[in-house]
Amino acid sequence: MPRKNIKIETKIEHLSILDEKGKFDTALEPKLDGDRLMYMYKMMLLTRRLDERLLNMQRQGRIGTYAPVRGQEAVQIGSVVDLRPSDWTVQAFREPGVCLHRGWSINTIIKFWGGYEEGCAVPEGVNDTPIAVPVASQVPHITGIAWGMKIKKKDDVCIGFCGDGGTSEGDFHEGLTFAGVFKVPAVFVIANNQWAISIPREKQTAAKTLAQKAAGYGMPGIQVDGNDVLAVYAATKEAVDRARAGEGPTLIEAVTYRLAMHTTADDPKKYRSDEEVKRWEKRDPIPRFEKYLREKGVLDDKTVEELEADVAETIKKGVEEYESTLDCDPLDCFDYLYNEVPAELVEQRAEFAACLEREGVRTGH
Amino acid sequence: MAQLNMVKAINQALREAMLEDENVVQMGEDIGQDEGVFRVTEGLLKEFGEERVIDTPLAEGAIAGCAVGMALYGLKPVCEMQFSGFAYQAYHQIEGHMSRYRNRTRGRFNMAMVIRMPFGGGIRAIEHHSESREALYAHNPGLKMVIPSGPRNARALLIESIRTLDPVIFFEPKAMYRAFREEVPDEIETMPIGKSQVVREGSDITLITYGAMVRPTVEAAEDLADEDGVSAEVVDLLTVSPLDTETIAASVSKTGRAVVVHEGPRTCGVGAEVTARLVENAFFHLEAPIRRITGYDVHFPYFAREQAFLPNADRIKHAARETLAV
Repeated sequence: MPRKNIKIETKIEHLSILDEKGKFDTALEPKLDGDRLMYMYKMMLLTRRLDERLLNMQRQGRIGTYAPVRGQEAVQIGSVVDLRPSDWTVQAFREPGVCLHRGWSINTIIKFWGGYEEGCAVPEGVNDTPIAVPVASQVPHITGIAWGMKIKKKDDVCIGFCGDGGTSEGDFHEGLTFAGVFKVPAVFVIANNQWAISIPREKQTAAKTLAQKAAGYGMPGIQVDGNDVLAVYAATKEAVDRARAGEGPTLIEAVTYRLAMHTTADDPKKYRSDEEVKRWEKRDPIPRFEKYLREKGVLDDKTVEELEADVAETIKKGVEEYESTLDCDPLDCFDYLYNEVPAELVEQRAEFAACLEREGVRTGH
Repeated sequence: MAQLNMVKAINQALREAMLEDENVVQMGEDIGQDEGVFRVTEGLLKEFGEERVIDTPLAEGAIAGCAVGMALYGLKPVCEMQFSGFAYQAYHQIEGHMSRYRNRTRGRFNMAMVIRMPFGGGIRAIEHHSESREALYAHNPGLKMVIPSGPRNARALLIESIRTLDPVIFFEPKAMYRAFREEVPDEIETMPIGKSQVVREGSDITLITYGAMVRPTVEAAEDLADEDGVSAEVVDLLTVSPLDTETIAASVSKTGRAVVVHEGPRTCGVGAEVTARLVENAFFHLEAPIRRITGYDVHFPYFAREQAFLPNADRIKHAARETLAV
């Protein structure tokens, strides 16, 4: 009997609850009250409108290179809306929706793209990590934070994000390997937006799905329609409940699409067709959720109008706060590096201060 | 007082640190059941259990990366890289996150973590087991780079490295692991990071070194006294970042001559920085060019050639004599 099949306990489901036409599955539909649904819609809308505003600000030269999030709002809001404040989130670099829900100010979010370290100053009391620029380098942190929760015997969970491109990195593999072995309370969300700059998902891996990679790490995996906020919510809730119960990590592949460019520094026309983008625009997560909410009687023209006005006002205030706090002290690059500051840095700081003074640069504010 | 070798002294420090702070966890390859390939973590799994003494899968990047996550959560991870030659997979996390997180988040998160690794030649090991790449970490802002030379300072510096809220790379000169025993006090003793030590006083020349090179350097100093009547001062750096400019500049201001000794490659090595600091801070006291006795700018040879390659007391003496003859 030289060959026999090894039974591997794995099944990869695709979960979709609310389709692009607004039709939904009443058996799978999560039970969320009107206020909760409204809040989710509002946060998705705020994420969308802030994104549009930041893209404009980049074009006007008011911030630097920007990585738009258009089309991915459902992945972000659906996955974190039910977390406790003591739970943690770990973002990659395209998760402003997560930050908005978790209590980051719009000012802080813009600061990162404006070139200020202040944009990574995680607000006190908020258990999130800031933007991680090197792709997937944040994945082992998800494992490490969740591991800390396990060691400290808390029933909290850590949810973290990476993209489809990130799944090719060693950090993704190593982070999930450790998470599986030590059964930590982590939820890994892959925002599969189909494109890693110019490389399509099919050139990232020959695997049929990204969710199936979970099997290699000994954890459950599921693929969800990432433009369906109800499916993202339901899949994440299952994974979070399992993590809280001590049953270990989950990998969620959220199938979505980056409707805009990777960052404002590239032109997607160079690597993908307009037809493809148009196809995905029809699957936009916001209009379909709106249809659902109207059908549920949660939303009507008047509430949409009010929400739009409310969101516009919030963004206006955030941008004003950002633009009224642009002054920064170049000298403070020395001030946060160490708890115990080495003598050589004290000397270098003094040297830099003298340079700035000679050059008439204002410091100490 | 117990007579301990460096392995035992480091083991004692790890145990003491775990006893005094429940947030301290150890992680690494083969550190639990096997008690470390050099037995540095002997007895720790049995005493503290597998939740705090963690045998990890074989992936240096995740050891460092998960430790960053743990440090974010408030634990104090102490990681072992089995050999410094395998730490490059972790360097991505060390440079990208461990060294940056405090600065990046404007002080919101500390990186109170230590990465220990055996480094240096002299144990007849295969490729990738003998290099000295301390300059790589010393060049990296946001880290502290500590290198003990003997059992007593290894124990004291490791306790301090684990206590401090800043991230520390702790290089253990593996040739010294079992080279000699030393009295190590029973009660906890610490030494400040960033402070070098004059281990032999002298007035004619300063020999500056660290790690496994301290022993041949002291031997050279004693030979110089016996054979030439020369009084050589020896400075053990103990920390290569931040560098203790004050101690080396004071010594060379007194002696007027200096030889810097290390195993690692010469170009952009620690000796280059030491030399620059001396030129900046003791130039008018210098009576001769500063010499460097170091590894050459080549890859560390396989072990059939390593004893020929490693700096030794004879070469240090020879350089000192040439410096004194100027």
